[in-house]
Amino acid sequence: MDDSAIRIVDLHKSFKGQVVLDGINLEAKRGRITVIIGKSGGGKSVLMKHLIGLMKPDKGEVWIDGVEITRLKERELNQVRMKFGMLFQEAALFDSMNVFDNVAFPLREQTNMSEREVKRIVDERLKEVGLLGFTEKLPSELSGGMKKRVGLARALALDPEIILFDEPTSALDPIISLTITDLIKETQTHLKKTYVVISHDVLGMFRIADTVAMLYDGKIVASGTPHEIKRSDRGEVKEFLKATKIPGFGGGEL
Amino acid sequence: MFSGVIKGLFRPVAHFTSEFGRIWYLLMDTAYWTFRPPFKFNYLFKQMEFIGVKSLGIVIIAGSFTGMVLALQTYYGFRRFSSEGLVGATVALSMTRELGPVLTALMVTGRAGSAMAAELGSMRVTEQIDALTVMALSPVKYLVVPRVLASLFMLPVLTVIADFAGILGGYFVGVKLLGINEGVFISRMVKYVELADIYNGLAKAAVFGLILGVICCYKGFNTRGGAEGVGRSTTEAVVVSSVTILISDYMLTSLMF
Repeated sequence: MDDSAIRIVDLHKSFKGQVVLDGINLEAKRGRITVIIGKSGGGKSVLMKHLIGLMKPDKGEVWIDGVEITRLKERELNQVRMKFGMLFQEAALFDSMNVFDNVAFPLREQTNMSEREVKRIVDERLKEVGLLGFTEKLPSELSGGMKKRVGLARALALDPEIILFDEPTSALDPIISLTITDLIKETQTHLKKTYVVISHDVLGMFRIADTVAMLYDGKIVASGTPHEIKRSDRGEVKEFLKATKIPGFGGGEL
Repeated sequence: MFSGVIKGLFRPVAHFTSEFGRIWYLLMDTAYWTFRPPFKFNYLFKQMEFIGVKSLGIVIIAGSFTGMVLALQTYYGFRRFSSEGLVGATVALSMTRELGPVLTALMVTGRAGSAMAAELGSMRVTEQIDALTVMALSPVKYLVVPRVLASLFMLPVLTVIADFAGILGGYFVGVKLLGINEGVFISRMVKYVELADIYNGLAKAAVFGLILGVICCYKGFNTRGGAEGVGRSTTEAVVVSSVTILISDYMLTSLMF
């Protein structure tokens, strides 16, 4: 078995003639954090939806653990989806259920666990994200950062091999952003799963990434360790990093 | 230019047929998931409560006032040729064959159908439906099947109640207010209303339940574009369901009676 959990080969997708993905080639290593970085509206979410079969490409292949998923039927696709957990941009918690039931939902629906076992795992996951005392709250009573943490607990519930993060720090204040990125790093160090994050939050993501890939104009223009990306000579990379105005990133200044 | 005219004429037809095809596809998908275990009775009962029990009030009000106004109108008609005794039978026949099922379906569409479309629509735009898919669970099984089955089961039940409320309303106006002889009122009703009238009305109600359940779920499920999209699909759900109910009412009636 090779060490890539996800391999994308020459992926193309357009909507009504507008090219969004223009030949993506990308690999996510097993047990590492891969961050796909790029500007908003640049096709990052579209790329992520292809990884989990929510969208079908016009052309190209997506390999998950050695299985090519773009031509699978829904039932076979569901087998592959069992390997995934996902944290959605707005957390996508079921708003008719409280925090406990949200995290318990995949356990109750996908396994035959006893309710005692379910409770044990939910408590453990909620403890990991620091929300043990909030089981009875409804999603509407939680702040944005708390929703994301519950979303992470739910994504981790079934102990999946690969966890996807769609803009985990967008719409959060800098301090909450920091706790969420730390939480991502902590859980990954602890669980050793494959994490794939899409984000435009350069500062936060460069801190936690093992590999950074930059998406620009529907292509991956550069990929490497955060250090390599910071030193990259590619015009697009320099331009993007410069625009962040963060000291030490491609000529940003205070 | 000529081809432009053809296209302009053809577009609504194409839109209609593709919508119809997709609603049909959702109906087939719902049928498929209905018979696949594990069965989610708790979701079904929750929807039956929402669609059925919580619609009781408006259905009773709509039914009884319709029966009352029917008694009033037919009384003035029949009095011209001294046949006031037929008011009871007329109210009962109109309610069971026609007004009971149709009024109930329209009221439930307005109350529960719009809520279904809005709920599913906001679940779509906040990615809760995608979240189910990612968990390898069928959104149709968890969200559409309970709603469609609940409206299929509850519409006939609500219709019986609306029929009863309507007849009671007619009795009140006819006998108590207008002074029609009670014995004549009831005996004519018993004589002219057959069980088949009631059954056919209930069969229509079940079909209406299926129609409004599938259309409202379809509209909610295919919502695009944030809060505005939710509003749009809610409106469309009510309009399309109501119109389809009225059209299919004529078709069913002409087939049945």
